Formats: sequence, C-alpha cells, structure tokens
Amino acid sequence: MEGTRLKLGDLQKIAEHEVDFERAFKHRINVCCSSGCVPFGAFDVLKAFQEAVKEFGVEKECKVARTGCVGTCAVGPAVVIEPGDYLYQNVTPDKVRQIVRDHIVLGLPVKDMLYQNEAFFKKQHRLVLRNAGKIDPTRIQDYIAAGGYAAIVKCLATMTPQGVIYEVLGSGLRGRGGAGFPTGQKWSLVARSHSSPKYIVANLDEGDPGVFANRTLAEADPHAILEGMLIAAYAVGAEKGYIYIRAEYPLAIETLQKAIAQARAMSLLGENVLETSFKFDVELRFGAGAFVAGEETAILASVEGRRAMPRPRPPYPANSGLWGKPTLIQNVETLANIPLIVLNGGAWFSKIGTGKCTGTKCFSLTGKVNNPGIIEVPMGITLHEVVFDVGGGVADNRKFKAVLVGGPSGGCLPETLLELPIDYDSLTRVGAIMGSGGIVVIDDKSCMVDTAKFFTDFCIDESCGKCTPCRAGLAKIKEIFEGITRGEGNLEDLATLEKASIYIRDASLCGLGQTAPNPVITTLRYFKDEYVRHIVDKVCPADRCFKNVKEVNKQ
Amino acid sequence: MSNSTVTLKIDGVEITVPEGTMILKAATDNGIRIPTLCALEGLSNSGGCRLCLVEIAGSPKLFAACITPVSSGMVVTTNSERLKEYRKMTVQLLLSERTHVCSVCVANDHCELQSLANELGVDHVMFERKWTDYKIDSTHDFLVIDRNRCILCTRCIRVCDEIEGAHTLDLKMRGKDTQVIMDLDNNWGVSCSCTSCRKCAKVCPVGAIYVEEEPLARTKHKEIAEFLLARRRR
Repeated sequence: MEGTRLKLGDLQKIAEHEVDFERAFKHRINVCCSSGCVPFGAFDVLKAFQEAVKEFGVEKECKVARTGCVGTCAVGPAVVIEPGDYLYQNVTPDKVRQIVRDHIVLGLPVKDMLYQNEAFFKKQHRLVLRNAGKIDPTRIQDYIAAGGYAAIVKCLATMTPQGVIYEVLGSGLRGRGGAGFPTGQKWSLVARSHSSPKYIVANLDEGDPGVFANRTLAEADPHAILEGMLIAAYAVGAEKGYIYIRAEYPLAIETLQKAIAQARAMSLLGENVLETSFKFDVELRFGAGAFVAGEETAILASVEGRRAMPRPRPPYPANSGLWGKPTLIQNVETLANIPLIVLNGGAWFSKIGTGKCTGTKCFSLTGKVNNPGIIEVPMGITLHEVVFDVGGGVADNRKFKAVLVGGPSGGCLPETLLELPIDYDSLTRVGAIMGSGGIVVIDDKSCMVDTAKFFTDFCIDESCGKCTPCRAGLAKIKEIFEGITRGEGNLEDLATLEKASIYIRDASLCGLGQTAPNPVITTLRYFKDEYVRHIVDKVCPADRCFKNVKEVNKQ
Repeated sequence: MSNSTVTLKIDGVEITVPEGTMILKAATDNGIRIPTLCALEGLSNSGGCRLCLVEIAGSPKLFAACITPVSSGMVVTTNSERLKEYRKMTVQLLLSERTHVCSVCVANDHCELQSLANELGVDHVMFERKWTDYKIDSTHDFLVIDRNRCILCTRCIRVCDEIEGAHTLDLKMRGKDTQVIMDLDNNWGVSCSCTSCRKCAKVCPVGAIYVEEEPLARTKHKEIAEFLLARRRR
C-alpha cells in the first residue's frame, strides 16, 4: 500500500483494511517504546514478547506492537495488553514469558505485575494523546485506521479555508505553548496577510527541565502533528512547514522523519496533496539546546540559520516571520488538537474545559509525587485534583509544601491555592504561568529559597544576553541568593530582590526574561517566612542551604 | 513607507509624524529626550538595552521606543516615576555587570554610560559590583577591545555588518557570558575580514573598543564621518 499515490476516497479503504487486519488478532500487546521506557530496556521487552508469542505458539492471535507513551513514565517499561487495557509495569525481558503464558495462554492476568493505580487515568481526558500508547507511531496505517487524516480529507473535500478557521475560532482553542493566544485569531491574521509564500512553524523546542509532554506526543503520534500542520496550511494558505525540534530528542526526530517520509510516499505531503491542487511539505529543523529558542521570534531566527535571539514585536510573525513572510507559529500540542476540531466541530470542542479555556492540556507531572508521568486533563481541573487524585498525592508520605506550575519560569504555589482551577487566566493571576505544562510537586524536605535559586540559575544559563534586565539582572538576583544561602543575607536583600524581580518582569524584551523572576516573586509572596528564617535565624527549615555550603567548604 | 501622517501625544505634547516612524525618533525630532544606549541612527534597531522604555496608555506593558512604531491617537509617557526608577536600575546593572572604573577608562568624559548615569542621577549602585577579568585583545595594529568594559549594545556588530559590510564582529556564548568576537573567535590581529575601518570604535558608547594612543574625542570626531560620507557620495 505504501508508495501508491492516494486519492481523497482511498483513505477510508486503508482504514477498513487495517481494522479488518486488526480484528484477526485476539490480543494486542502494546509495548511502550517512548524515551521514558527505552532506557529501561523497552526494545528488549518488545523483542522478548515477539519471541515469547512464537514460543507459546500464539503468534497468530497476538499482535505485538511498538507504541508510544501511556503516561506512566515512572514504572517503565510499560506494556498494555488489549482487550481489557491491562497495564503491566516495570516489565523486564525475564518477566515476559510468564506474562504471555499466564495472561495470553491461560487467560489469567498476572495481578502483582499490574499497575494498580486506577485513579491516575480516571480524571484524565485524552484528546491530544488520543492515540498515545494505542497505535504504532512508525506505521501510518495505524494512524489512518484510528481515524487519522480523515480531517484533512474533510477539509479538502468539503470545507473552505475560511470554514476551517471559523471552526477553530468557534472551538476557543488557545495556543498551548504557554501564552495562550487564541489560535483561530492567529490563523485569521496569517490568512489575511497578502504576502506570499506563507510558512508554518511547529514548535517542538521543549526546553524546560522536567517537561516532556511534546516529546511524548511526537514519539507516540507524529502523524497527528503533521495532520494539524496540513490543516493549518490549508486554512492560512501556506505551502511550506518546518518542525523545529530539539536535537536532544533523537527518538522523536527519528519517528517524525519516518512519519514525514511515509506521508510523502502516500501523497499526503508534497505537491498535489491527495491528488488535489493543494500542496504542502514539511521539513525538520534541529535546535541545539537553547531554552530561549522556543520563544516565537527566536525560533524564526534559528530556522533561518541565525543565532536564536528574540526580537521585539511588532512586527508580529503573522505579518513578518520567516524571511519576512507571514508565518504561523504553533506549538505541536495545539496542532494535534486541530484534526479533532475539524472532525467534531468547534462547538463540540468548546464544551470541554471551561468557558474561557477550552479543551485539555498535557502536563508533565514530576517531583515528589506518587504517580509521575505525562497526563492530559481538561482545563479548569483544580491543582488539588492533579496532585492528589491523578498524581496520587505526595510521595513517601511526606507533607505537601508547594507546587511549581509552568516550568522554570513558573510560580511556586502554596497549599492554600490548591483549589485553584488550572487555566491560563487563573494561573497568571496568582503569579504562575501555564508555560509548557510542567508541574513539579515539592514536599517539606525542599527549601523554597533553594528552589527559587535553582530555577533562577537555570534562567541565567538560558538567557540569550541581548537585553540588560534579563542578562545582568538575573545574575544579580543570583548573587543575592548566594549571600542568603551562605548566611550573609540581611532583610534589606528581600526588598532588593523584590524590586529587581519586578523590574526584570516588566522591562525584559521577551517571554523568557518577563517570566524568569516568577519563582522568586511567588516564593517571596507565599513563603516569605522561609526567607526571613534564613536571614534572621540562619536556619533553613528544610535543612538544605547552609549544609551545602559546609559540604562544599569541606571539599 | 506611505506619505500619510500620524498624530500622537508624547508627554502631553501633540506630535504629527510620518506613518511608520518609531516613537524614539518622533520624540527626539520634537525635542523630547528619551535616554538610549543601543540605538544609533543609521543602524538597525536592537531594542536590547531597555533604556528607552516608555509607557503607552491602555497597555500595562512597557515598550522600547526605538522599535515601537507610532500609531494614531497613541498617548506615550516617557518619564513616569516607574520609568525613571527602571532606567536607574538598568544603568546600575550595566555599571555593576562588568568592570567599569571611570577614572582609568579611555572613555572618561566621552562615555555615554557615564553621562547617562549623571543625567539620571545614579550616584550609587545597589548591587554588588562584579569585577570581570577578560583578556584585552590588542593584537590588531591599532584597534583594541577591552571586553571588561563592554555593555553588549551590539552597535559595533551592527555597524560592521550593515555599514561596512564586513561582519567581522559577532557574539559568542549567551547570557552574562556573552562576548563580542572577531571572525570565528580569533584574535583581532589575525582577522581576515576586518577592514580596519574604525567604525566599531567610533560607535562604541563606552571604552570597550578604542583606537590605541588616540584620544577618544578624536576617534569620535565628526570629521571622520564626514570624510566617509564624502567618499561614499563619490
């Protein structure tokens, strides 16, 4: 089937053929081969399953498939056996024979190897990650069988570009890169721009420490990103797209490269998409480890081959982006929502989440929490539900202290704000951001001064050096922190810290500088007593700060 | 640029300028002073130093005047208490970021950072000063770069690229470690692209790039620009 040029009606046939093919199997063994599970031997597990089904003579009724992430990254390698969605955790090649013998041959799931935490999945709502862990990301047929590329067919066959934009506007979808700009509005701006050619840039430069939701998406369902780009290109009139991906994501790059090659071979990309007059092609661009390169204007510079430094807006990329041409920049998570909106309509999408923030959001839930991993929850869910229901509460029975929402430039929120609904506006109001979707749970063993210092350090390293507040200001904040954690701070330092942080927030050129002081501002607001104890009593409540100095001195 | 004009208010003064003019130019042409460091007429705008930040009514954000075009009915404030405070902060940060000691600097009395500090009333620095120890590159026949005095305004880089067309200068590293480099981080003396035109020294607002054994007043003297302009006209 691969290599044949498809026409609009052909996709349905492929889907039906695939579904029939799938039906021949009684069981499907899905082995997660995402970056979270591969280092723990997921490929060996996959091989072991392939051998074991042969050994027990059940290869005719079992399909062993490589899939993307199911979300439970802490208990990898994870294996899901369908039907029944039995999730096996920490599978190693030596456990495989037992699983195949008991579960497949005898029909008795191995209870003590199963993932017991039902609550992890209960409050999740998987739209973006609809296919993650279910389909083989390296086979385009799997995606098509799951209803993939039906949306672009619908667009090409029955919808005008304006009609597509109308649905996206109606969905209320907002950019998932962090700032939350209404996606439909952005599309209309690019569509209205008269200059040509137009470009689309998919942002997969996920630079935050501990955030890996976009990587998971690319590794689990690359075609969803491509389809989103195709639809966006059709709507705004673009002919060329770039996926800007971190070079540190080799598996995601490989998966996307395969997906692009397959889509091209089936004429889903390139000249005359699906034998229509619409043309669109996608190329990958690699970013080499700069957090700031995820910023909208820095990404443009980097794609053009220049130093990834932000430039001031206006002009907005919608009018003057890549090589001065209108450019639509969207996060890959935003794009992965698009096929669903086209298929089910904007009105359907706008009913999910809250009125102002529709849809779902993927988060990387990490830190001191019982069920870390990739989660997708509807907008408007409370922090409490995320940490205690989906996350299963604080690990090791420790006491909850804070939760950092929004990555290294997010805000540290205290227990009193746990009932806060997660949406762009509520988070901004309390000093945090949606950011790229990092949630780090902090327990009472961590020191908030140390935490704020750590994230300031990260932002110092990642500052591009262009504007004074971010470059020089953050470095000064760090010096003040070092003084406090060495026991040399005084109370005046707190006023200086606050003043400098607010200055950096207001005066910086790009989003990195404007949000970099968030951890400092929020810890000063919600955990001021910890700072005071450091300065006045020279005591770190979590016993981290002064000890470090002593240890360093000893060395 | 079209011929239509735009009317706006800057610090209460009604001003009419051609469409597409930047706020900074609109203000300067009408006698309203906005402090700047990285902006220089004739070069592209960088918007990096953040000294020309202004407030625009209706937006909580601050805008760099050098790169924000005017629009009709805009009400701009250039000198609020907050802006004054922030400008002082910026100058203090620049002064404490690297080694700035006016008394032993070639640019003493001809330094834009120094005059700005005087103008804005920066008489002390609230941060601990950092004494950097970068090597001075004096391998060029007569041009010297002392990176300890550099404020990373990138005027030299832009003049070298946009006016001279040599693009000898660029940046390496990032954040506080950012440095101006020659070619692929070579010594200036072995640079094969440098035309020794001295424009970098001429536009440097501080004493980071200078001509050896030449008073800065002479390096920055207008006659050199006029000489160059005359040559270009021919």
